Amino acid sequence: MEREVKQTKGKIAGIIANLVTVEVDGPVSQNEICYIKHAGIDLMAEVIKVFEKKVFIQVFESTRGLKVGQDVEFTSAMLEVTLGPGILSRNYDGLQHDLDRMEGVFLKRGDYTAALDYEKIWDFIPLAKVGDTVAAADWLGEVTENVIPHKIMVPFKFAGKYSVKKIAAAGEYTVNEEIAILTDSKGLEYKVTMTQKWPVKIPIKTFAQKPRPFRLLETGVRTIDTLNPIVEGGTGFVPGPFGSGKTVLQQAISKQAEADVVIMAACGERANEVVEIFAEFPEIEDPRTGRKLMERTTIIANTSNMPVAAREASVYTAMTLAEYYRSMGLKVLLLADSTSRWAQALREMSNRMEELPGPDAFPMDLPAIISNFYSRAGFVHLNNGKTGSITFIGTVSPAGGNLKEPVTESTKKAARCFYALSQQRADSKRYPAIDPIDSYSKYLEYPELQEYLKTNISEDWIDQVLRAKNFLLRGKEASEQINILGDDGVPIDYHLRFWRGEVIDFVVLQQDAFDDVDKRTPLDRQKFLLETVLGICNIDFSFESFDEVNPYFKRIINTLKQMNYSEYESEKFNSFYSELQTIIKERK
Amino acid sequence: METKAFQKIYTKIIQITKATCSLRASGVGYEELAMVNGRLAQVVKIIGDVVTLQVFGGTEGIPTNAEVVFLGKPPVLKVSDDLAGRFFDAFGNPIDGGPEVEGEEREIGGPSVNPVRRKQPSELIATGIAGIDMNNTLVTGQKIPFFAEPDQPFNQVMAMVAMRAKADKIILGGMGLTNDDYLFYKNVFENAGALERIISFVNTTENPPVERLLVPDMALTAAEYFAVDKKQSVLVLLTDMTLYADALSIVSNRMDQIPSKDSMPGSLYSDLAKIYEKAVQFPDGGSITIIAVTTLSGGDITHAIPDNTGYITEGQLFLRKDSDIGKVIVDPFRSLSRLKQLVIGKKTRKDHPQVMNTAIRLFADAAQAKTKLENGFDLTDYDERTLKFGKEYSDKLLAIDVNIEIDEMLDTAWNLFAKYFSKAEVAIRSEFMDLYWKGE
Repeated sequence: MEREVKQTKGKIAGIIANLVTVEVDGPVSQNEICYIKHAGIDLMAEVIKVFEKKVFIQVFESTRGLKVGQDVEFTSAMLEVTLGPGILSRNYDGLQHDLDRMEGVFLKRGDYTAALDYEKIWDFIPLAKVGDTVAAADWLGEVTENVIPHKIMVPFKFAGKYSVKKIAAAGEYTVNEEIAILTDSKGLEYKVTMTQKWPVKIPIKTFAQKPRPFRLLETGVRTIDTLNPIVEGGTGFVPGPFGSGKTVLQQAISKQAEADVVIMAACGERANEVVEIFAEFPEIEDPRTGRKLMERTTIIANTSNMPVAAREASVYTAMTLAEYYRSMGLKVLLLADSTSRWAQALREMSNRMEELPGPDAFPMDLPAIISNFYSRAGFVHLNNGKTGSITFIGTVSPAGGNLKEPVTESTKKAARCFYALSQQRADSKRYPAIDPIDSYSKYLEYPELQEYLKTNISEDWIDQVLRAKNFLLRGKEASEQINILGDDGVPIDYHLRFWRGEVIDFVVLQQDAFDDVDKRTPLDRQKFLLETVLGICNIDFSFESFDEVNPYFKRIINTLKQMNYSEYESEKFNSFYSELQTIIKERK
Repeated sequence: METKAFQKIYTKIIQITKATCSLRASGVGYEELAMVNGRLAQVVKIIGDVVTLQVFGGTEGIPTNAEVVFLGKPPVLKVSDDLAGRFFDAFGNPIDGGPEVEGEEREIGGPSVNPVRRKQPSELIATGIAGIDMNNTLVTGQKIPFFAEPDQPFNQVMAMVAMRAKADKIILGGMGLTNDDYLFYKNVFENAGALERIISFVNTTENPPVERLLVPDMALTAAEYFAVDKKQSVLVLLTDMTLYADALSIVSNRMDQIPSKDSMPGSLYSDLAKIYEKAVQFPDGGSITIIAVTTLSGGDITHAIPDNTGYITEGQLFLRKDSDIGKVIVDPFRSLSRLKQLVIGKKTRKDHPQVMNTAIRLFADAAQAKTKLENGFDLTDYDERTLKFGKEYSDKLLAIDVNIEIDEMLDTAWNLFAKYFSKAEVAIRSEFMDLYWKGE
């Protein structure tokens, strides 16, 4: 949006780290964007509190060298993202500036690069006809962005009904060229291009309805898909102490999940982790399209050494981009690592503004902010009857690994899947370290999903999953008993119970994210594996003494693991399978 | 730093705390340096015409009529090749009796590297210590701390790693080092004949604590000079980051900020990340690797300092005394190098990842057998074997006095596997078994 002619202006009155106070000469609004004029460069900032003529702004840059009395110009717009074709495969900072187009090795203050390529030519195909009645988010046309059918929509800001007066013919256009003219009920004309802007803090709600999600989102991670599945349009979160494998798990999901578009917000995390994505995603093939993963991915990087104030913006920027692609009827997967850093950024600002603190010095409205954010995900019916979804998985980095801290607790109330990473599992290298007993998926209780699983996997799938969970629980109980009473102080049956749990743990739950075969297990293979393993668990093996149990089950586990490492139904796989049958017959 | 002509001198301080003082002044830039009665200070807060200065040397004896002169620039370091082989204090002044270093003035604590201009780290740093090379392999461009109790020999291990690593430059950032430890480092560097590769910025316990806040930025500015301008591989040693964080909390406390967990400032994560994230691998060969020390109190890693550090760094190394063999070992359970996946099995032998995991798993079984033994339970044959394995594994591979090549470490592990276990118990992928299994 163009800056208005009569701008509000102000002068710096105080500076504490990235919180700057400004004396203003006119109206300002909460969350309005302004620019500090400093030595020939403009530094972007956002209004976060107003007190009479004094406005508190958080600066998205280092404030080094700023002085009292410097000019500040207000834009009368909130923080907005630019939407249009060309967002996919880009690497943005938290404010949607293109990192690849910035000059030099080091980030320079005020180096604000454009989000889209304005020169690039797109093959446009019209979808709407002259005379059609349209509303915000209705599809006017389509371009192909990498492999994604990218819809050109009526801008989200357009309220009410419009009539299509003119639509561009199929052909080549740049994003800023006019592709349609719409008229409102008063006959006023509006020019539409392929781009539009939208304020990140406001949810895009241009869909017909948001039903309960029901369709399984396959991730290829067995402990998720089999035991605690997430759904298209679902929400989940992964809390875990450092070193428990949060990032490895998230990257596995991002590579393998059945999504059309993946948006990753690296929020206050390690730069090398983002570099890993930069390096790998252009190389890895998307198993569904045969194209490179990067073609369906957008990365929002606000690493831990980038400005703190942009950390909050980065998750909102990511969510808004996800909502944009959802409006095109696509399945979007949104990952944020980690939402704790965002909460900490809020805490730093609240602290500098000397607000009364809530628990652990976090702002009082933290739970509300988190649940509002999670509520922007979901499965929707669009106005044209098509569907789209945003599945959101956030990681949480609980201070001291303590799940009772405010960010984890607030997130637990908002997210429907809980994947608790356990330090104990991580210490014994049982990866992914998702605790099978503490974790849950509320979706497993949804009749909608149960119906879906019955139709798409098998009639008794849910029974089998529950049985597997039960074996795990009984195995854990047996292990506690054995630890208290000693190997020979318990009946042999306890050892059997313990080892049944171990078989499920080693073979189904544990998965090698770095092994080419094991890292991704398709649903049919997961079904086969669970059935095989449950088959073993259901056998009453006969043993003379407890010390026979351990080596026997180790052989079973070893053979099953070799199967996991082999291509499904390959010769090797089949030979391990028949080896397994021989072992089972020994004791049956 | 001398005062220049025509500089405005302020003489009216209106507020003094233990670490800061405030005065009325105009035209002052944020984070600008000032001299307060000859002591270096930095602007940390400006409200209207009231400027608050953090006085690095402490405010002891500062009078309300002290002379305050603003220097018009943030803290800088003069960088050139002459830095090599020199010892400096926290302000970058020589403490080795040598001349001032001439060179280009660079602001310390400068901007971050654009993440898209980084390269994925891929060069292994061999230390000869199997507890590190085999289980927690280090990579150039990595940042990793030792989490250690104050009585553990972390300075010795770090000096050993530094001497064995093939870095072009080693930069020591010492914060709150005891004079003895400072002399220890100086000695090691001199004896190794490596002095021309080493640069030290040292704040000892004899210096005021707030001065420490400058040390990491000084060390890393020097590191960036050699890594970016000279394309060298630079290893930065920071010890002890706990004392750095303590200094942060002193300043934030004096500025009346609301403390968060463990009386640390709410910005601790960002403050530490700004330092550690300077670790980087550049595409043209230059790199900065950071090995730090974070001392723990009572082994508590949930304290805000180690906790925030753990979330920032790429793993952590734990030292532990193994009473069975009477040596200090690198704890395989609690140590982690996140970047090892980038090199193990790629720059090292293909069986490396599986050998590493299997040995640790068997060592965990040994720990479990030990608990059983201590609780008075009978041990199975398998338990007995794991115990023997554990002891030998600890002695031959985990102990910090080991100094061998990585292939030798792997062979040692395979020997131990065959000595104590059956193939099924070891359960490594069959193709590696076929190649390396030492038993029948």
